[in-house]
Amino acid sequence: MKLQKNTSLALYSVLEFAADPTRHVSAADIAAKYDVSAHHLAKVLAGLARAGIVESVRGAGGGYRFVGNARRLTLFDVIQTFEDPGLHETDHRERGERTPVGQALGAVLSEIDQTTKATFSSITLATMLSLIERQQRACLMPSSPATTAAQTRAAKRAR
Amino acid sequence: MKSDAAAHKATQRRSARISTARADTGGVTTRPARRGDLEEVIAIDAAVTGIVKRDYWRSIYRRYGDGAQAGRQFLVADLAGRVCGFIIGEVRDWEFGSPPCGWVFAIDVDPEARLSGVGTRLLAAICAGFRRAGVTRVRTMLARDNTLILSFFRSQGMMAAPFIPLEIALEP
Repeated sequence: MKLQKNTSLALYSVLEFAADPTRHVSAADIAAKYDVSAHHLAKVLAGLARAGIVESVRGAGGGYRFVGNARRLTLFDVIQTFEDPGLHETDHRERGERTPVGQALGAVLSEIDQTTKATFSSITLATMLSLIERQQRACLMPSSPATTAAQTRAAKRAR
Repeated sequence: MKSDAAAHKATQRRSARISTARADTGGVTTRPARRGDLEEVIAIDAAVTGIVKRDYWRSIYRRYGDGAQAGRQFLVADLAGRVCGFIIGEVRDWEFGSPPCGWVFAIDVDPEARLSGVGTRLLAAICAGFRRAGVTRVRTMLARDNTLILSFFRSQGMMAAPFIPLEIALEP
């Protein structure tokens, strides 16, 4: 699964903004952090503003800020602002897709799409922020000896 | 056997009490289910699913309730003396080739008591029980379109497990 560049940029940006909704983050800061052109990013941020997810703040210290509900807004909500996640759900079918082979392949692709949609739809921005926090903590902490001891106990009990 | 109307009345009485006590969610405690909790558990399940499954829940209580074998847990959330949620799970050994692991196979919170941390407390309580049983991993399985409960488990840090559930329709 690979998201389009605009979609990835939108997710990076939204998560930066949602991490602290009171803070105004400039487009230049995000462009520098993720190594993208400010011009390209500006188009993505305009799309997020049109969708009511962020709003621009003018003047000194201006930029963008998050105005959505991080506990309700899901990855799917952001993604579908920029691309159609249901790639294989279309009324228009190529001739090959109407053959038994095409239909069988379509069933498999549809299975993948449904799982993808369920995953994106069940992860809110608040959950993503917690996940990011855990990743940061995991990077700082050595592996815990307590975990190893618990695993040993469980294995003994099973025997 | 009580009627569906009895379950409906139990739901109404419970909703009134929970609405009164909801402001103080710090008062929620978790404890093993007792036989006397069963009617409220049945009412919560009926309120969520629309089906009263009295025999099913009695059977579940016999297997997972008071005095159940080690590794099995049937817990309820108690708010002001009333049941406002429940969770059920067990340790399963080497199922699907997996080392011993905690499985959560039922969780529900009264719709009137949601968004106040009841589900989080129930999950924390059952996980504590799993830790005491010596397991270090917890799993569950949900319908793909059950976004509400999927989001809840995701918010608790759960990620996709390395298993894929499969099924087939049996032709007559």
